[in-house]
Amino acid sequence: MLTIKVLGSGCANCKKLEAVTRQVVSEMGVEAEVVKVTEYPDIMAYNIMSTPGLVINEKVVSSGRIPSAAEITTFVTNALETA
Amino acid sequence: MTSLSPVAASSNKRLFVILAAVVIAWLAAYNIVQPLADWLSYSALGLARDSHLGESVAFFLYDVPKILLLLSGMVFAISIVRTFFSPERTRALLGGKREGVGNVFAALLGIVTPFCSCSAVPLFIGFVESGIPLGVTFSFLIAAPTINEVAVILLFGLFGWKVAGLYIASGLTVAIVAGFIIGRLKMERHVEDFVWKIHRKGDVTEEKLTWADRVERAWGSVKEIVGKVWLYVVIGIAVGAGIHGYVPEDALASILGRQAWWSVPAAVLIGIPLYSNAAGIVPIVGTLIEKGASVGTALAFMMSVIGLSLPEAVILKRVLKMPLLVTFFAVIAAAIILTGYLFNWVL
Repeated sequence: MLTIKVLGSGCANCKKLEAVTRQVVSEMGVEAEVVKVTEYPDIMAYNIMSTPGLVINEKVVSSGRIPSAAEITTFVTNALETA
Repeated sequence: MTSLSPVAASSNKRLFVILAAVVIAWLAAYNIVQPLADWLSYSALGLARDSHLGESVAFFLYDVPKILLLLSGMVFAISIVRTFFSPERTRALLGGKREGVGNVFAALLGIVTPFCSCSAVPLFIGFVESGIPLGVTFSFLIAAPTINEVAVILLFGLFGWKVAGLYIASGLTVAIVAGFIIGRLKMERHVEDFVWKIHRKGDVTEEKLTWADRVERAWGSVKEIVGKVWLYVVIGIAVGAGIHGYVPEDALASILGRQAWWSVPAAVLIGIPLYSNAAGIVPIVGTLIEKGASVGTALAFMMSVIGLSLPEAVILKRVLKMPLLVTFFAVIAAAIILTGYLFNWVL
């Protein structure tokens, strides 16, 4: 079971990233919980400097941009292998 | 990029060949815009060469494709450059810089570092908490949105490199001076307390990007930025074209010229509530200059529209207490007004 966090205060890009991530997860049929992190102290704990950020199992995989669905699929696959 | 595998090297070669072909196509398109626009307006549409309507239509048909081509091409080039300047790298470059030198560096880095106002808060926290002085951080936060690529490209495309250069120079001046002043005011206690208490979980490892990644990201930002602003640009140029053809030269000199001392602060005040139409406002502002508004007043207006925005104030309210937020806005407004006067006086 993966824990995926979308870091962002609620701007348009963060919502888009959340939507893409949920879509990827459901298409892959992976068991994963997608959580939104919107409070700055919590976001900044991951030491990112630009939002939106994507965190899989507590590891930051991207920040400051919206990765493509293909990239997110790779991130998830990698996380499953190391889990 | 030191150890390229043979596979990566050959795919890089293919990438550069494709890029070169695109550049040539772009240059060809850019050079036929003028004859095409003239032909369309004066031959195909049969408008008279020195009529108001003919002049306005030719101006519009020339400027719209030219500006959209320029925007796509230059946003792409700028985005490639920006893949080399992540916010993390900028922070590392600014670490250990003192006030003064630090303000200058921060303002310059503000031009090249990718920035979106929704990231203003994480950037602010990331800078301040790693020990970069408050004033230096503000220099960055003023320069980054103000000297914005769309504004600079539009100024360049519509009015040439001198006006674009002046705009960059005035944005830098405002960012450096305002940041320095805020630093001197020692307002650290007016930063929200949680900012100082954040605990980081180790460092972010920087991504290794290949050229294919850089090109893909740059292309992504072309689609995003041009998709977002093209309509404003078209409307802005249409209004500008109307003014160009119909309003007589120097019609605005008495209201917006340099003799009218109050025009600079008035332009700044009017600019604060205007925000989202930065892309559309450039063609209009530029046309105002043509019709006798003074350059300093027009640039002050633009900086105020782009750099001083209420949405950004709302975002920054999360990390700045009221006294600091108000000071931040007041100092920038004052710096913009002074820069406006300076350019009116010098030019």
